[in-house]
Parts: sequence; C-alpha cells; structure tokens
Amino acid sequence: MFKGILKDQSVQTSIGVIFILLIFGSFILPEWMSNNFMYGMSRGLAVLGLMILWRTNLVSFGHALYYGFGAYAVALCQKFFGVTDILLRLLIAVAAAGLLGFALGFILRKYREIFFAMLSLAFSMVLYGLLAKAEFLGSTDGMSISPSTFFGTELGRIALFNFIGLVVILAIIFAQAYLRSSLGHLTTAIQDNEIRVEYLGYSVEKAIHIKYVISACLAGGAGGLMAASLGQVDPDSMVLWSVSGELVFVTIMSGLGNILAPFIGAVIFEFIRTYAFEWAPQAWQMIIGGTLLAIIFFSPGGLWSLFQKLNFLRKKNNE
Amino acid sequence: MNNNFILQTKDLQKSFSGIIAAENINISVKEGEIIGIIGANGAGKTVFVNMITGYLKPTSGKIHFLGNDITGIKPREATHIGVCRSFQVSQVFMTMTVKQNLMIAMSLSKKKGGQLLLPLEDEKLSKECDKILDLYKIKKQGDLIVSTLSQGMRKLLDIAMAVVGNPKVLLLDEPTSGVSVEEKFGIMDIVISALKKSGTTVLFVEHDMEIVERYVDRVIAFYQGQVICDDTPKKALKNKKVIQYVLGS
Repeated sequence: MFKGILKDQSVQTSIGVIFILLIFGSFILPEWMSNNFMYGMSRGLAVLGLMILWRTNLVSFGHALYYGFGAYAVALCQKFFGVTDILLRLLIAVAAAGLLGFALGFILRKYREIFFAMLSLAFSMVLYGLLAKAEFLGSTDGMSISPSTFFGTELGRIALFNFIGLVVILAIIFAQAYLRSSLGHLTTAIQDNEIRVEYLGYSVEKAIHIKYVISACLAGGAGGLMAASLGQVDPDSMVLWSVSGELVFVTIMSGLGNILAPFIGAVIFEFIRTYAFEWAPQAWQMIIGGTLLAIIFFSPGGLWSLFQKLNFLRKKNNE
Repeated sequence: MNNNFILQTKDLQKSFSGIIAAENINISVKEGEIIGIIGANGAGKTVFVNMITGYLKPTSGKIHFLGNDITGIKPREATHIGVCRSFQVSQVFMTMTVKQNLMIAMSLSKKKGGQLLLPLEDEKLSKECDKILDLYKIKKQGDLIVSTLSQGMRKLLDIAMAVVGNPKVLLLDEPTSGVSVEEKFGIMDIVISALKKSGTTVLFVEHDMEIVERYVDRVIAFYQGQVICDDTPKKALKNKKVIQYVLGS
C-alpha cells in the first residue's frame, strides 16, 4: 500500500509545507499564531476525512459526531482510566470514532445526496442531545482535559504542536496511499457510475462503508487532538451542528484538488476567524459568510484551484 | 436442467405491477455460441438481459448457469461467476481517462481483498491494459477523458471493461446503438473477433439485421415478452412471425 509513497509529489510537497509550518510555529511565530496552526492542523484531519467522502459526492453535514466522539472518548478515558498519554489518547479517539463510524456506516452506506447529508446531521444531533443532558459528562459545561504526557513526561505546547504535525504527515501519507490505490480510485468511479462499479464485481456499499470509516477515524483523531490542545471538551464546541457546518465550510474553502488542501484551508480558516473576532466581535460571522461567498463566486474549486491557476499561468509565462 | 448448456432459462417471467414484460422464456445456450436477440422496442429483450445479469429479479422461473441456479443473484455476483454485460447506454467513468477506466476494471477483476489497497498504476497491469486497448483499437485514445470520446469509442470501452474479467457468458445490449454507420461494422469486427478468440459465449441484443446476419450463429426473436422464434439467422429472418412482428414488412 505504501510502496513508493514517499516519491509521490503531493506527499513530498505536503511534508515540506508541514515541516516549514512546524519550524515557524515552534521557533519564530508568536504563541497565538502557532496555536492557530495547531488548531488548524488538527481540524484539517477532519476536513481531510470530509474531502475523501466528498470525492464520491457524499457530503456529511454531521461529521462533528465523530469529531466530538473522539474528543469525548479522550475525556472519558482520562476520567475513568487516567489516560493522559498523547499517543494513547489519539489511538482511543481514532478507534472510538472508527467503531461508531463502522456501526453507523451500515445505515448510511445505503443513502446518497441530501439524505446522506441530513442523516449524518441527525445522528450528530442525537449525540449532542445526549451530551448536553448527561450530567456525568459535564452537561453543557463539558469536561476539562489535563495536559498530555508522552511516556510519562508532560508535553509542552511546542511538543504537542510538533506531535500534531507528525500525525498530520502520517495521515497525509495514509490518505494519499489510499486514494492512489485501486480501492481509492473507486472514489471517483462511484461518483461517476455506481452501476458500472457493481458490474465490475465490487460492492458500492462496501466501498462507501470503508471510505466512511476512514473519514470517521480522521474526524475522531481531529477531535482527540483538539481536546488535547484546548484542554476542554463541551457539546457546543465539539458536536453542535454549527461545528459540522464549519467543517463543510473549510472543505469547500480548501477544495478537493490535493491532499494538502484541507490543512491549508483549515489553518487559513483559523486565522480568518481570529481576525474576524478582533475586527468585528459582534459580526464576525458576516466576515466568515462573506469569505465563503467570495470562494463560491470567484473560486468554486476552492483555494487549491487558485494555486493550480497560478501554477498554470506561471508555466504559460515561462513558455 | 441439462448440463450440456452453459446457460438455461426455465419459464422465466417478469411483471411490473401486473404488466407482463417477459413470459415463459425457455432458452438454452451452448458454450461458445454467438446469439442475436432481436425484437421491436418493448419486446422484452433488455428485460431478459437484465434478469440474466441480476439487474432485475424474475417474478417467477429459473435461470441456470453451468448447472447452478443463479436466479435473482446480484449484479456483482453475476460478474464473479462469469456472467458479464455491456449496456445500451455506455456505462463508463466519464471523468476518467480511457486507460484509468480499463485499469479499474482489470484491477477489480484480478485483485482481491487487501490487494485492492495496492497502487492502481502498476507496471504489469499497465502493460496488460495497453494490450487490451490495442486489441479494441482504442490505445491512441488511452489518455483522453472518456466524456470527450465518440459514442462508438465509448461502446468499445464499455465492452472492453466487461470483457477483462474473462466472462464465460457476455451479454451485449445493443452494442451498435448510437454508433455511426461508418463505425458499426468496424466495432463489431473488433468485438466479435476478440470474443471468438477467447471462446466467450455471446448474447447480443441488436436492431440492425445486417449486423445480426453477419455475426451470429443463432437468432432469438422476442415479441410482447415472449420468444416467437429461435433458429439460425437464415431461417429466423424468413420466419413469418419475425417478418410480421419484428421486421415489420
């Protein structure tokens, strides 16, 4: 599966960009900026999951379900088992979200288009309702997360930032290996023609189910890392429909063109939100909405398509 | 059921909300035969193909393939056992290149389980793919996006994708529909010679009697969901019922 993956141009570019971000974030940029990079990269994992689904024309309006589930799995394992190791936290978040995705995937794989989107949303709102009412989970106040450790040593902010960067690189390698595989190519094939895929002897539902579980794992991992970065989980910032909406927003803004796009989009989104809060604390949503409108009107293929256009123009000028 | 036949149907029937689309279809097909299925629009030809290949579940009756009951199997199960098909409207992946289409088809037929996680673009598969593209005379178009191809090219690709799984029985639903007059014999020459080489049993639905006369060993004519004639092309095309209900003259 991973044969020759490090020779892949997208993977090489992604690793290069993430390394530059890590160096800048660790040694040069102020804390608030490197925090934005950290949150953006974590959230980018969930966006990467949505991108994988989106390439089959499946839009999930409820991916905060897995994002929040991963985050709460980290909180619960700390509360009941005292787990603070970042590696364990990540594995628990990914496994919990993956298992939930596997179970719900049996239902969701039968639906397409708006039904798929709204069914995902419905499941996420069920989880939101449960979390908001469950007092032992902190109800709407949520739960606090203690600082993460790594084999017994407490992780500082910079170390956590670098750990997240490493996880992002591994996720990019995995996702690209999947997308270039025969199974990954079915992503586009199913979008184009489900009947033909069935007549080639492969179950479309099974292919969608696999994709859905991968997407859930990525969103769960994102939630787990966000919980560890923020030190807090609560239903409003982890599971509410608006969180799912933000993930869809960032996916549109990023574009589907490249494996790195979700992370660039998610980091840019963090900065837009930070500045929008600062410039217009009462109307920051207007700036976010305006950004989305600008993307849809002027660059419907997302930010990545702008890079592609610039690259094309540069090549043309060189000729 | 007789084991000398590769495919047999027994009293096959399909109705939609009480309207009968196919009735009492009893057909036996020998290995390696090339059979033309003819009939006017709505005669039940495509319904028959759809039932054999699992797209439609028969209301009653049985389908036997190599002596095994395959009635009501799913399309992908039909493909697994060696019953493949092409479509009246080409079912290909329009946003992908010709080569990617065929590579996916080959990959799904050759790789199983974890092997599907290996990269699609491997050298060995690519070489095999080029050979098939060459056989079907679409190698030059290998890097073109399918949506830019002519109907004839898409038909060839559609058939090539159905053939790469080495089917024992191949059902072609109107392989020359939507294809220009100049292209149709060329396409059929390529397809039939390739299938004869591999010894594949072929049943194809066709409206063009020139094609039927030229390529088939046997003709099965449908009218109002029933088989009205099952004979050699020479005899079938002179059959009174065929002349009256199919040829219309």
